[in-house]
Amino acid sequence: MLKKTFPGLVVVAAAMFAYAPFMILDAPYESTMGLVQKIFYFHVPAGMTMFLAAFVSGVGSAVFLFTRKAWADRVGVAGAELAVVLGLIVLVTGPLWARKAWGVWWVWDPRVTSTFVMWMIFNAYLLLRRYGGPGSDKLAAAVALFGMANVPFVYWSVNVWRTLHPKTSVVPTLPAGLRGPFWFCVVAFLLISTLLIAVRAELEKRRQELDALYLASGE
Amino acid sequence: MKGFLRAVWLVTRKDLLIETRTREIFFTTVFFALACVMVFAFGFVREGRPVQDAAAGILWIAIAFSGTLALGRAFERERQAETLRALLLSPIDRPALYVGKLLGILALLVAVEALVVPLVALMFQARMFDHALLMLGLLGAGTLGFAAVGTLFAAMLVRARSRDVMLPVLLYPITVPVIIAGVRGTAALLQPEADLPMARAWLAMLVFFDVVFVTLALWTFEPVMTE
Repeated sequence: MLKKTFPGLVVVAAAMFAYAPFMILDAPYESTMGLVQKIFYFHVPAGMTMFLAAFVSGVGSAVFLFTRKAWADRVGVAGAELAVVLGLIVLVTGPLWARKAWGVWWVWDPRVTSTFVMWMIFNAYLLLRRYGGPGSDKLAAAVALFGMANVPFVYWSVNVWRTLHPKTSVVPTLPAGLRGPFWFCVVAFLLISTLLIAVRAELEKRRQELDALYLASGE
Repeated sequence: MKGFLRAVWLVTRKDLLIETRTREIFFTTVFFALACVMVFAFGFVREGRPVQDAAAGILWIAIAFSGTLALGRAFERERQAETLRALLLSPIDRPALYVGKLLGILALLVAVEALVVPLVALMFQARMFDHALLMLGLLGAGTLGFAAVGTLFAAMLVRARSRDVMLPVLLYPITVPVIIAGVRGTAALLQPEADLPMARAWLAMLVFFDVVFVTLALWTFEPVMTE
């Protein structure tokens, strides 16, 4: 299924990302922020898909931890790597916007801080897998599971601690002209994320098979 | 249930017995906590007076840092003579083993805090005992949350490479809610007009965190510690 539809979907995703800048250019200027608001078309979808990738990784890790299914572990890695990459996009585009909108590069506001904390957790996951030695896939799975369980706590505690970021409620109340390009970008990010998770999980499968072959040929 | 409690007690007693004979982790951790307090005092004291909320922040940083050190040392001890393997082979439930180790670590951290908290109160003119019950609740719930996650991670890292640096890298992002709740709750108690509802809200969050993460740790200890 995946093998047949994959090339077509890649073309669609590439076309969507190629077309997105034109759509964003055509969208009307937001009344108070003007040009800087345009970064929002990539920043918000990247943030949304980052949390989705983290959730996928957490669920995959939980399944792996309790059932030992190898595919679940592969989904776990794929989700974690994607969460780190998308998190980097979010954490780079955010300050670029904040510099213009708030006058500073970085503010310790709830959404910024919780994104940063989540990003750190999935970096820890990858570090542990990379440098933890044999058996660290299981340990990393526990980290991802704890990281996922942690989201509401981080969010609540940072929220009480400070608040400044635009609320998520801006999304449903977007002016009509801004809504089209925004949801277009969300779909583009969702598509590319799904494809990346699928291809990364497949790559991990091949890698594991290759490892098994090496071990078998050494005996 | 009786067998479970007995296994927990045996594991805890073993750890406490070793510790009371050598006192190694206790003394090193206390002085490490003091070293933290000293270093941070240089950053947060202006003209002999601590900046606002410095005492709360320094106290919880000292607890988190020295707690990490104590966790690492407690499991390094189990690694050196492969005694962790012996514990895992023994016919007791994995959760009992986890709870036993957790109680041992908690006893150690409580002993360290019993010295460090009054010292921080004294050195930073912080009135930590005006609302002693709430303060004790914050310290107890915060330490339990930190130790519950820490014990699981330190135990599972025993066999991993670069575990010394991996423990804080894994532990701090996950225990961020504990640190925030501890620092903000303590700061709410220490400000000139103590904000009791705020401190209670943070305490409630800590208790909730403890319940969720102790359950999760009991649940994951078995699959994580099985080779």
